[in-house]
Amino acid sequence: MESLEQIRDRLLSRYPGAELSILNNPSPSAQHSLVVGGSAAREIAAFLRDDPALQLDFCSNVTGVDWPDKEIVETTRTTIPDPAGGPPKLVEQKTKRIQPGYLEVVYHLYSMALKQGPVIIRMRTGNRTDQVTLPSLTPVWRSGEFQEREVFDLFGVVFDGHPDLRRILMWDEFKGHPMRKDYVEPDDYEWEPTPHDEVLAKAKAHYPAPAAPAAPGANAK
Amino acid sequence: MTDSANTPTPLSDADRDELRRQGILLTSLEELYNWGRSHSVWPLQFGLACCAIEMIAASMARFDIARFGSEVFRPSPRQADLLIVSGTVTKKMAPQVVRLWNQMPEPKYCIAMGACAISGGPFKQGYNVLKGIDRYIPVDVYIPGCPPRPEALLNGLMTLQEKIRGQKLTGPNAPRHLRADDACEYPVPEFGETDLVPPTNPEVWQPPTIVRPDKP
Amino acid sequence: MTNSPIVALHGTPAVAGGNAPSEICHSPLAPGGAHVRSVRDEFHGDLLEVSMGPHHPSTHGVFRMIATLDGETIVKLKPVFGYLHRNHEKIGENTTYLGSMPYTDRLDYLCSMTNNWAYALAVEKLAGQPVPERTEYLRVILAELTRLLNHTCLAGFLLQDTGASGTPLMYAFREREKILDLFEALSGSRMMCNYQRFGGCRVDASPEWLEAAKRLADGYNEFLDEYEALITGNEILMARTQGVGVMPRQLAVSAGITGPMLRAAGVDYDIRKVDGYGVYPRFNFRVPLGDHGDTYDRYMIRVLEMRESIEILRQAFAQLPSGPIMDPKAKIRGFKPKPGEAYGRIEGPKGEIGFYLISDGGANPYRYRVRPPSFINLTVLEDMCLGHSIADAVIILGSIDIVLGEVDR
Ligand code: SF4
Repeated sequence: MESLEQIRDRLLSRYPGAELSILNNPSPSAQHSLVVGGSAAREIAAFLRDDPALQLDFCSNVTGVDWPDKEIVETTRTTIPDPAGGPPKLVEQKTKRIQPGYLEVVYHLYSMALKQGPVIIRMRTGNRTDQVTLPSLTPVWRSGEFQEREVFDLFGVVFDGHPDLRRILMWDEFKGHPMRKDYVEPDDYEWEPTPHDEVLAKAKAHYPAPAAPAAPGANAK
Repeated sequence: MTDSANTPTPLSDADRDELRRQGILLTSLEELYNWGRSHSVWPLQFGLACCAIEMIAASMARFDIARFGSEVFRPSPRQADLLIVSGTVTKKMAPQVVRLWNQMPEPKYCIAMGACAISGGPFKQGYNVLKGIDRYIPVDVYIPGCPPRPEALLNGLMTLQEKIRGQKLTGPNAPRHLRADDACEYPVPEFGETDLVPPTNPEVWQPPTIVRPDKP
Repeated sequence: MTNSPIVALHGTPAVAGGNAPSEICHSPLAPGGAHVRSVRDEFHGDLLEVSMGPHHPSTHGVFRMIATLDGETIVKLKPVFGYLHRNHEKIGENTTYLGSMPYTDRLDYLCSMTNNWAYALAVEKLAGQPVPERTEYLRVILAELTRLLNHTCLAGFLLQDTGASGTPLMYAFREREKILDLFEALSGSRMMCNYQRFGGCRVDASPEWLEAAKRLADGYNEFLDEYEALITGNEILMARTQGVGVMPRQLAVSAGITGPMLRAAGVDYDIRKVDGYGVYPRFNFRVPLGDHGDTYDRYMIRVLEMRESIEILRQAFAQLPSGPIMDPKAKIRGFKPKPGEAYGRIEGPKGEIGFYLISDGGANPYRYRVRPPSFINLTVLEDMCLGHSIADAVIILGSIDIVLGEVDR
């Protein structure tokens, strides 16, 4: 099978101006992926599916990943030559910047016809709040139908062109997207006989302190 | 026949055995009634998760729940006596479970099978997992395990039968269905924006007080 | 039938019994479980909306489908999920890599051994962890036993759905118990085995265990013969399943169907052959394919696959090498793979079960995703059911072979 670079170059010659970049995967699995800009994603996906050398007709896995805003501390080192002729001084400067977060959707593509794969493509949203629309690839691979709905439900990515975008796992009245990293779950931890750490903190906040020592099993019935 | 609640121990077991040997069967209405109830507990055919597979296994040839008169799994709650909550109750499912419970006619019993039905079990950190079905409906027997073996389910059933046999027909300890103040209908929770509303049924469940002997 | 658009079929609160008790009656087709509400005047009583589940005896758990019927014929069918959504992925991101292993047992709770393997494989890919040969063989043996178990149960449940209440399921569970005894002897638990580790497995199989497993594999063909004599040629089964729920090849590929369902549609794609993971390339076995893609084919494929599994088991017992079961360099405590990601997949009994993991270098995965085969196989449920009667929908659903723990996770 072609390498990811070859696929990218072929795509670029076919769709000049498409935003394509390769994300290297440093782990031993060496499954590198292709980051596709949202605008031309559906044509690119259809090309990957129909191209005779690739025939990626099987979209196995669709999943979302949440990358929240990250504070990045950058250290810049500058050497200032000492005017007195001594050894040059090293000055460290720390700058903080917020790297804006985004939501990412990952597609694992295989070819059933040629029995090869995977080719991994990813799409990224502009941010995590208002620019969360991505083109749906369900028109290209039907298998995205439920999986994209799941990503919509749990991560909050809105898929443009999806035939039936509704919540799938949570109920319709539900607010929020539970798989995001900053989701705060409802505080209903079960009582434990020997609470500790987090559970104890939650239990203290949640349940009234005992007025008088009661039997541990005095669980009202 | 006498009402045993008013007459203290009418016959000793030895007397009764002696009479039985003579071909005379003496019993009280209470015993007869409880004996009948306890040996034909028909469960609702209702599986939630992994534990349901062990429930099915319990009804199959090897474990044979029919020995205890409970092999008749009814698909309709209207014909069932026993709700075996066999698996994780999610918040999305909880209103349905309460509704099924409400649809069952009295006398009815509930077994919480497995760690999930008792307290959320391994999934209790889940945002969509109810931390025990006893927050909404009264539970008669708890069977721990993940999943409980079929033998454990049989043991739970025997425990329930014992409980039924020990019930008095009159007086303040009479079972729920014989009391006038019986709450036949349990409120069904609604879906809220983050959680079920209400999150518990305070009539049935109160948060237990925490007892920490070492740290006040 | 009218052509007026059907509105508001979904999006209503998930309610098993309807809102107003006065409107509920029990369906004559599916006694006890299905609650039927007649659609009001604008449909002139032509279309009927039936909500089956989440408590329904034939939905294999807490699955729900909303079917719109014209008489008895299905004109629209929408599955509703989430009644067993146990937040597996969120919990997986908050526990260590090893801590998720017992949770994978509870995904597809009939096939804990293959789930374990898929997860171990994904983590091993992520960390570049080799696996000793003996463990590879043990994994194959356990996976094929799981396949036998799963397909046997499926055949029993499918027959149950056609109305053969009890007996075929009893046969299936009789065999299941034998396999579960083996699992229990090896791992200590009947269903939730929690057996694989990254770079090995937990305990070695004793010679007695292997002897018992070999006996079971040798005797399994006999059981299959008995079962097939009862069922495969059965006229009722053929009438109920042949030509029912046909799935065309193109649709199957595009919808990401995997496993026996895909092969019943005639697509030759078995990950054991394609990826050749573990030691599968060393075994001789065939991949059965169907011609029609109907429910009967899906049943037959499973029976044929079981026969191939028995062949694989025989070869695996013959070739099983001795040696360690755990890679000596494998790390159990303080296991922290380097940043990166990996997708590992195997051919589970229900289809491609895969795990997608992203590591940020910490002790917990940054992202933990399960690729659930039975969830994705449900994509085509509506396409297969359209035009069939509501009683057929039950069988079609049964032949997809879903387990809700995996569908909703
Ligand atoms: S207690 Fe264990 S086996 Fe039972 S439903 Fe919960 S997770 Fe599954």
